Parts: sequence; structure tokens; C-alpha cells
Amino acid sequence: MFLKDYISDVYNGVTSLLKGMRKTGYYFTHSKEIITEQYPDNRATLKLADRFKGEVVMPHDQNNEHTCTGCTACELACPNGTIKIITKFDITPEGKKKKAIDAFIYRLEMCTLCNLCIVACPSDAIIMAPNFEHSVFDRSKLTKVLNKPGSKIKEGIE
Amino acid sequence: MLSLESITKTIQDWLFAKFTPQIALTIECVIVILLCITLFAVLGLVLVLLERKVAARIQIRLGPNRVGPGGIFQTAADTLKLIMKEGLTPDAADKFLFNLAPFVVMMVAMLLLAPIAFAKNFQIWDINIGVLYVSSISSLSVIGILMAGWASNNKYSLLGAMRSGAQIVSYELSAGFAVLTIVVLTGSLQISEIVASQENGWWLFKGHIPVIIAFVLYIIAVTAETNRAPFDLAEAESELTAGFHTEYSGMKFALFFLAEYINIFIVCAIGATLFLGGWMPLHIGHWKDFNHIMDYIPSSVWFMGKTFFLIFLIMWFRWTFPRLRVDQLLNLEWKYLLPISLFNLLLVTVIAIMGWHF
Ligand code: SF4
Ligand code: SF4
Repeated sequence: MFLKDYISDVYNGVTSLLKGMRKTGYYFTHSKEIITEQYPDNRATLKLADRFKGEVVMPHDQNNEHTCTGCTACELACPNGTIKIITKFDITPEGKKKKAIDAFIYRLEMCTLCNLCIVACPSDAIIMAPNFEHSVFDRSKLTKVLNKPGSKIKEGIE
Repeated sequence: MLSLESITKTIQDWLFAKFTPQIALTIECVIVILLCITLFAVLGLVLVLLERKVAARIQIRLGPNRVGPGGIFQTAADTLKLIMKEGLTPDAADKFLFNLAPFVVMMVAMLLLAPIAFAKNFQIWDINIGVLYVSSISSLSVIGILMAGWASNNKYSLLGAMRSGAQIVSYELSAGFAVLTIVVLTGSLQISEIVASQENGWWLFKGHIPVIIAFVLYIIAVTAETNRAPFDLAEAESELTAGFHTEYSGMKFALFFLAEYINIFIVCAIGATLFLGGWMPLHIGHWKDFNHIMDYIPSSVWFMGKTFFLIFLIMWFRWTFPRLRVDQLLNLEWKYLLPISLFNLLLVTVIAIMGWHF
């Protein structure tokens, strides 16, 4: 019995090592598997993973409209106080007052890219963008207003 | 045909014609020393680059590719950097031993070069106890490592050195047994005779399964003896920073680094000599024509090809296998490798006595 265990131990050990070597040997002989990006050289054709999180942005459509209602859920969700929502009241054509955002202030230098604000947003107004070239010479440039000037909320979003 | 043998012969004849035998011998020694040092430098540069490239390919990366075309000058640039760095000696270190240790390690590597046959009749010293010489000298390198660990006066260095000691002492055994199987089959310790005995086929093919097992054991044991992953407990970056050479910097560090790679080359060269026929071309029994075609490839190419094949194998191990814990390491040697190699040696002895090998 002991001998059988011993031999099966050796056998299992050797086969599992060989399995590992087959995998690495495969990688060694198949250069198409290489995932290195030659970054500054291939800047134009750079391909980043879909889930890459570089910065919070607010997408606008062609009419310069976004879907942010100014509910401040993202501001409350942020653990770092990165987001500051400044709201204002728009007057709708029917003469009613409606809450809207004046400025969505986002401080990139305080953001940990944790994604909590994206998850918290009920109207999917903000997303993560795969931008990573964030170096600037002046720190104040890192404080961004995400809603574009003159933009307004899309029709039908409450 | 231009071969290394004829070149050395011409030089020798010329020297002995020009000078008295003593002076000629001295000049020859100087030439040999220069050649050795050049070989060391070139090997260091080539092997480090090779290792980095192999590692990169296995880890689906590109590896160094900025200095020179395809990164081929990377290691030269690294060496330049290391030369210009300050070689720091810690205050509390034992200065003499601390500075001596890298040279001891290096010297051992140099001594090991002596009995290696690089090509047909191209060998520094064809000593009649070649294999014994190699296995005894190679165990000296642990002294350099222990010296470095002790003299650094640093707990990481000491632990690394101690581990290295335990490791080399135990794996020496199975490496020795693996080497012995070939000695049993050949009946000689002399490297040139071992190579000559493989004229009609390499031992790996002639010796049936026991020799294949011995070959595997040899590769495992020398990987451990050269302190390489998966047996690199002496360095173990994650727990001991850099093990025995934590405190070394600049050129002294480079010497350790170089010695590691030279040692790999040497153990692979020995492995190629014992199991794969050294410089002997691939000969199959009595196939005269086939053997003749194989003889056209120069013997130095055969030797280098086999050696680099083994080096590649060891690099492949390094980048595939995870590191062993120290108890697992000793378990592997004392519970698996040693019994297997003892039993294997018995089998080979029976084969040799009965003349069952080809
Ligand atoms: S990603 Fe995280 S840290 Fe950054 S703004 Fe959103 S919630 Fe705040
Ligand atoms: S981005 Fe989303 S969560 Fe934040 S204020 Fe606008 S709608 Fe609300």
C-alpha cells in the first residue's frame, strides 16, 4: 500500500509539472499570444481592456444632452468626496420648476477609480473612460466639470 | 577543414618552434586564461539576455527590446551600469570575508571550466578523474555563499546562506548518483573517455530507461545546486529580499550574478557531456552513412547546441514551477530523489555487468 501511494505521488507530481511545462512551452512557441503593448510607439492603435477604469466621464449625445438628473446619489456614494454636484432649478415650458445640475465637479486627483459612483447612478449618466494620460503641470487642471457648457438633461429622464 | 583542434595545434607548434618549452607553456597558460575570461564575459552577457527573453516569451511579454536591435545590447548596458555603481560594504560587515566571497564563488566557477571538452580535442585539462574533480569542486561554491551570508551580518543573508548550504549538501548526493550511473556504464572518470564511449550513440539512448531516469534526476539536482527556481530558496526574493547577496551592490553583486549563470552553463555542459555525448555528433549504431553526414557538423556546434538545449530546459523550469518550501525541498531530496537514484544506480549496475546496454 505504501509503495503504491509513493509511486502514485511521484507520478502525479511529474504529470502536473509536465502539464505546467506544456502550457508555458505553448506560450514560448506562440508569439501571437504576446500581450505587451509597445505603448508610446503604438499610441494610435493602442487597445485597452474593456473594463479598464481611467477616469469618470459623463457622455453627451449629439444634441449636447446628458442623462444626469442631479440626484446626488453619486456624491453620496463616493467615499473620497471626489464629486460635488451643484444643482439649479430650471423653469420648464409649463412653468414648473425642475431640478437640474449646474455643475458636476469631479476631482480626478482625489478619485480612487473605485467605480462606486457609476454603480450608484440611477440613470447611468456617468461611465468610466479608458483614459490614462492624466499628467498635467498644474494640479487645478485635475478638477474637471463633467457636464459640458450649455448642456441640458435629455427629454424624458426624471 | 578549419576546426578548433587544428587552430590550437597550429598555435602550439608555432609557439614551441619560436620559444623554449617553458616560455611557450607560460604563453599558452596566459592565452588560456584570457580565453576563459572572455568566455565568462560573453557567456554572462548571452545567458542573462537569453534568460530574460525566454522569461518574457513564457510570460507572454516581449522582454528587453529597447537597447540595440531586439534589445541585444541590454545586458551590456546593464553591465556598464553595474560597473559604475558604488560597491558598498556595510559598516558591521566582516570586511575581509565580505569582499572575498564573490571571488571565491567566481573562482569555483572558473576551476570547473578546466575539464570540460568544448570540441574534439579542445579541452583545457583532460584530467583522469574529471568527473570526480567536477563534483568535488562544484560543492566548494557553497563556501563562497556561506561566506557571503555570514560576512554580511544581516539576518536575510544568513538565512539564505544557511538554506543554500542545506540544499547543496543534500542535492549533491543525487547529482553524484546520477553522474555515477554514467561512470558505471563507461568504466572511466575521464571526460574524454566518457565522450569517446558514446561514439555509437549517446548514453541517454543507449542506456534504456534507467539512464533517462538518471538524466532527469541530474537535471533536478543541478537545478537545486545552482540555486535556481524552483529551488531558489537561498535568494527567495519574497521572503529574504535577495538572500545571501542582499548586501552586495555594484560589481561584487555582478560577480555573484555572473557566477550563477556560469554555473548553469557548466552543469549543463557536464550534463551534455555525460548524457548527450558532449561534442560527439549524433551517431546511431552502425549506420555508417548517417554517422558520416552528422560528422560534417563541427563538434563545437554539437557541444554548444546540446549545452544550450539543457540551459533552455532549466530556464523553462524556472519560469514554470513555483518555489518549494524548505521542508518540501528536503523532503523531495531525501524521500524521493535519493531512494530513486539509489535504486536506479543498482539497476544500471546490473545492466552494465550483464552488458544489456547497446
Ligand atoms: S470612482 Fe470612486 S472615488 Fe472616484 S468619483 Fe467615483 S465613487 Fe468617488
Ligand atoms: S451622475 Fe447620476 S447619480 Fe450623479 S447626480 Fe447625476 S444622475 Fe444622480
